[in-house]
Amino acid sequence: MPNRPQPRFPEPHTEPYWEGVKERKLRYQVDKDTGDVVFYPRLHNPKTGGRNLEWRESSGMGTVYTYSVVRQSAVPGFREMGAYSVAYVDVDEGFRMLTSIVGVDDPLTDIKIGMRVKVDFEEQDEGEYPIPVFRPA
Amino acid sequence: MNQERQAAIAGIYEYPLRVAPGVSAIQIKAESIAKALEDAGLEWSDVDGLYDAQDGEGGGGLAIQHYMGFKPRVIDTTMVGGSSYEFHAAHALRDIAAGKCNVAVLSYGSNAASNRVAIGTGGRGAPQPTWQSNMEMPYGSTLISNYAMVKHRHMHDYGSTKEQFAEISVATRYHAMRNPEAVQAMTDLQFVGINEIDVNDVLESRVIADPLHLLECCMVSDGGGAVVIVSKDVARNIKKKPVWIIGSGEATKYVENGGDITTSAAAQSGPEAFAQADVRPGEVDIAMIYDSFTITVAVMLEDLGFCKKGEVGDFVKGGVLKFDQKGAPALNTDGGGLSSNHPGMRGIFLLLESVRQLRGESTSQVPGAKLAVAHGNGGMLGSTHAGGTVILAGD
Repeated sequence: MPNRPQPRFPEPHTEPYWEGVKERKLRYQVDKDTGDVVFYPRLHNPKTGGRNLEWRESSGMGTVYTYSVVRQSAVPGFREMGAYSVAYVDVDEGFRMLTSIVGVDDPLTDIKIGMRVKVDFEEQDEGEYPIPVFRPA
Repeated sequence: MNQERQAAIAGIYEYPLRVAPGVSAIQIKAESIAKALEDAGLEWSDVDGLYDAQDGEGGGGLAIQHYMGFKPRVIDTTMVGGSSYEFHAAHALRDIAAGKCNVAVLSYGSNAASNRVAIGTGGRGAPQPTWQSNMEMPYGSTLISNYAMVKHRHMHDYGSTKEQFAEISVATRYHAMRNPEAVQAMTDLQFVGINEIDVNDVLESRVIADPLHLLECCMVSDGGGAVVIVSKDVARNIKKKPVWIIGSGEATKYVENGGDITTSAAAQSGPEAFAQADVRPGEVDIAMIYDSFTITVAVMLEDLGFCKKGEVGDFVKGGVLKFDQKGAPALNTDGGGLSSNHPGMRGIFLLLESVRQLRGESTSQVPGAKLAVAHGNGGMLGSTHAGGTVILAGD
């Protein structure tokens, strides 16, 4: 199993997001006054400063906006992983998230910009939080 | 061209060593300030404005005054990564024009190479968790992969090719081979193949993070330098010809839902700077653009208006970025971050080489160069970054 870094707390913005992840839910915020989608989590809508936000659950479906396959890494926990992907995925509800695309035979050839993907909650060796990653849909 | 001449770069110094073990960052800064003041014909005691990006041990707005022995009337500690020095130059112009100071100094020092800092391949740790780190740390994104994602999307959207991006590395190495300090840097940092390179050399170098090859990534070196910016009255009595700051722009950009990753902060800072200077990109002789990676230059050539968005691939074809070719401004004539030096925050070197060109002192001199643009990028191009554009004119 992978051993990705865990989120750390206390951190007031992201705690509700990660509590959702623990229940296998990908959550995001919406401004109830304007309908704006807010992501990463915040206490305010960065377009207006408004604070009337609510949490919603995403379908977990999205499209790869762009990606890279990291071949050389000095990041602890990733150094020995071999080639691994990082990607921005545009989730269908209208937010863009940094993530990783997993579940392909060869990340060098099997990941494409524009491909449809679905969230998966990847269990980790250590720590109580799974990590949301995406697989080909 | 803007005829208003309110502030000029009067003195410069580039710390020559790229590997300087045992020398501290603030020692590099102090030596560079002394030599830049000497270059201008000014005294240590003339300094009344200090601009500092809080780099170096014990840096920042307080300790550095004590260490240097300055008592400035203006203190500016803007820290926006590698673009800090373009922001400082912009602020010095503003402060001098307002009469707040007359002799402004900015300096930089770093021993990133001697300290083995993994700038490109390391992670972005945070001592305390933040709203951002908790969302990004689990994915192992390196700085290089962040830029690589911009390149991938650019290739996807506009059909730009890996051969076209490689032209940027080829041009900067062409200039580096004419700069003895850059050649020494590549020697000291044990580059394989210290020679001019071609497109194939770039594409045959190993991939660090798809689709960025090794020869598309800047080096990690030690280094530093200093710039002295003075009022027009002081500029009348300096040793060398002043180089005038005639326009500036600053901007930030970050990930937004539905945003375009191939457009940088330069799309905002560039037009503002060109408008203030009242010049057009087509008139620029020298483009000093932060070459952390090939994609950085590519995106910024577009955003600064040298060509249209998506057309940089055609724009850079055929070696036109070299100092002795027509058809485009000469790019990074010192050899750039790709082949001369990159101690972590390269923005100051963009100003230094612009000045050398406009004084006629470059090792890849463009004959009669009159106008230069220095555009610094700080942070990470594919996510949160800052862009600072400075337009410089010869006397």
